[in-house]
Amino acid sequence: MDQLVFLILSIISIGAALAVIFSKNPVYSVLFLILTFFSIAGHYVLLNAEFLFIVHIIVYAGAILVLFLFVIMLLNLNKTTETGKSMLPKIAGAISGGLLLIVLLGAVKGLNQAEAAQAVNADMGSVKNLGKILFDEYLLPFEVSSTLFLSAMIGAVMLGKKNLKDH
Amino acid sequence: MQVLSNTVTNYLVLASILFAIGVMGVLVRRNIIIIFMSIELMLNAINLLLVAFSVFHNDASGQVFVFFIMAVAAAEITVGLAILVMIYRNTGSVDINSLNKLKW
Repeated sequence: MDQLVFLILSIISIGAALAVIFSKNPVYSVLFLILTFFSIAGHYVLLNAEFLFIVHIIVYAGAILVLFLFVIMLLNLNKTTETGKSMLPKIAGAISGGLLLIVLLGAVKGLNQAEAAQAVNADMGSVKNLGKILFDEYLLPFEVSSTLFLSAMIGAVMLGKKNLKDH
Repeated sequence: MQVLSNTVTNYLVLASILFAIGVMGVLVRRNIIIIFMSIELMLNAINLLLVAFSVFHNDASGQVFVFFIMAVAAAEITVGLAILVMIYRNTGSVDINSLNKLKW
């Protein structure tokens, strides 16, 4: 049962990821990226990581992809603008990506796969457990990440200004 | 306690494929928005792998780390899209071939 769900989710995520990079219209790419992210959220459910499931949906589907769609609509980019003159760089890129995949799969295959299906702690990824760890062991990085968000916000506002010399 | 029937190798293969698709997207596409999406795809492949290892090794620190990666990815994409809007204002396109001032 678990493996069947894993297989279906994997096929959805890989197919949608391929559709992201091969669809001509950027809006379709964003929609397929949403599908990919939801299938990855399904993988988190399968791994009992409920906190990350919620955070993943909120952050990616709720914030990042809305930002992508917003920029595409704002700049009116929903048409094909690719300069498809030279095919050589595209073929070279595809071959390089495929070679990387072969290297990664070869490294995976070289592992000793001693571990069979094993018992895991089902309560580990819960909001309660992760919240305790986050505010106990990782309190300083958590606070530092708020500074990161502040600087990112200021940077985005500064970059988005029309012309700095006018102010 | 619960027994998972998927081994960590399944997740390794899936994350490798997703990561390679992301790399391929960065190399093949010329549209900056699609390149950003491919970067997100790669980050998600790594996140999935971190969660899988964290679950199979019974160590919750990996999941906290994924949380921080998500925070950094959100900040990164905010600044990146602001830069993209600036590029579009200055060059009139989002094609990275129009950014060749630093090319030799």
